Amino acid sequence: MNVKKDFPIFDEYPNLVYLDSGATTHKPHKVINTITEFYQKNYGTVHRGIYDLSVKSTEEYNQARKCVQTFINSKSDKNIIFTRGTTDSINLAAFGYLENTLKDNDEIIITEIEHHANFVPWQQLAKKHNISLKFAPIEDDGTLNLNKFKELINKKTTFIAVTHISNVLGTILPIKEIIELAKENNAKVLIDGAQAIAHQKVNIQDLDPDFYCFSGHKMYGPTGIGICYASDSILEQMQPITFGGDMIETVKKEGTTFTQAPLKFEAGTPPIVEAIGLKSAINYIDEKNIDSIKIHEDNLTKIALKEMEKIDWISIIGSAQKRSSTISFNIDGIHPHDLGTILDTENIAIRVGHHCAQPTMKRFNVPATARVSFGIYNNENEIDLFIKSLHTAREVFGF
Amino acid sequence: MNLKKLYQQVLLDHNKNPRNFKVLENATHYAHGVNPLCGDDFHLFIKINSDKIITDIGFHGTGCAISKSVSSMMTTQVINKTTEEVSQIKDEFITLLTKEITNQEAKKILGHLTLFENVKEFPIRVKCATLIWRALEAALQNKMEKKVSTE
Repeated sequence: MNVKKDFPIFDEYPNLVYLDSGATTHKPHKVINTITEFYQKNYGTVHRGIYDLSVKSTEEYNQARKCVQTFINSKSDKNIIFTRGTTDSINLAAFGYLENTLKDNDEIIITEIEHHANFVPWQQLAKKHNISLKFAPIEDDGTLNLNKFKELINKKTTFIAVTHISNVLGTILPIKEIIELAKENNAKVLIDGAQAIAHQKVNIQDLDPDFYCFSGHKMYGPTGIGICYASDSILEQMQPITFGGDMIETVKKEGTTFTQAPLKFEAGTPPIVEAIGLKSAINYIDEKNIDSIKIHEDNLTKIALKEMEKIDWISIIGSAQKRSSTISFNIDGIHPHDLGTILDTENIAIRVGHHCAQPTMKRFNVPATARVSFGIYNNENEIDLFIKSLHTAREVFGF
Repeated sequence: MNLKKLYQQVLLDHNKNPRNFKVLENATHYAHGVNPLCGDDFHLFIKINSDKIITDIGFHGTGCAISKSVSSMMTTQVINKTTEEVSQIKDEFITLLTKEITNQEAKKILGHLTLFENVKEFPIRVKCATLIWRALEAALQNKMEKKVSTE
């Protein structure tokens, strides 16, 4: 896959080796041009104006929703709620749905490797209502043991929230089995798809979760836009958590009635251009084909792991067979932050630190890790450069 | 950006063999310094006598080479000095990393610590170099149980 030319950031920094797509991806010309052209030629507000520009904008905005629907194969576009990002989507699930339906003694299950977006909202909700939050254990190899997961489920379990792919370990979790388990036990289930959506096909009708959440900026789209897919039964029970214009039906001094989903959950002027930019990003992924992207990234991951495993001063955290293109590691004698600085001087951008997943760090007993995560624009040569830079780092540190 | 200037031999030595890397059981002053975004995390213990002289000092925890070596060198620099002298060293060090030291006398006070001036070339790492000094500041102001965060 030779797509570097599609991304203007590499015109600006021709030697950049960008290995932090798990944090955020760069944007192709296509997406940037769509956004610029839309502002220049078609921009207007949505759902309000009677004039041509507003009609055009509204049409494009609605098409963006349909485009997301097709991309994840959900039944209807009314299940697609635009949010600000994954974090915002999960907060809507926690405080729009679960807070309005929970009973005393309810229990929520998450895993001990959730990133903060799928950890803190549930913890805050549990604290507020004095309900119990349980953590599914993760094995030393970074996998989730379904039998141990089952043991946590009981009659009080009303909600399960798990990540599709770990943002630290790269493990792909058995979400199909978890969703089935949830259904067997009458619990609702949320899948945090932030690390999955740009890396493998997500088929909502096949998986059938109650929620599936992701962000635009990790899939070659703009920041400030995310998706909260919510099933029909959720839409019936979920209440808005932000209130204002656009989400209303009638507003009187005596009270207000709300419009239908999904608009009911999108108060205020929405992220119009961000949604249209997201549509363009989805078109870009479709052009390149998500299955081909997966093959490309899996190949890079395989090569990187093979090269890293040869070196005895590298320890890789997590060794799941079913994994995505994220690798966390540590170098003997070099703190991840020093490694990050050294690699930066070689134009190699990696993530170092706790990756917004402090409980994961604690689980694997490390204060921090270094992490590489691949995207569509990476290639084999960059893995060579990356491995060489690790040797340079060891030299700088006098090994 | 010059890596060799950043990771000088003396710094790497203090990183590998940190001086006064210990918990003081009988500390009179204590502070906990944390960089929440990157996870550097050090406890600082100081023993100050009635003449306001630092008679013992120790630090413990985890962090990068910069935060660890600066902590180690700080401890060797402040021991047996009065809290007033130490306070001045701390102020000069923070100025060195965040502003410009024009006064050559001030540089003399810092001694070997001036090598950390190179950290300025890496702005994102300045907070690594200043963490222990913020903890020192908090420890000197308050006796025990003080947490400082650079964010």
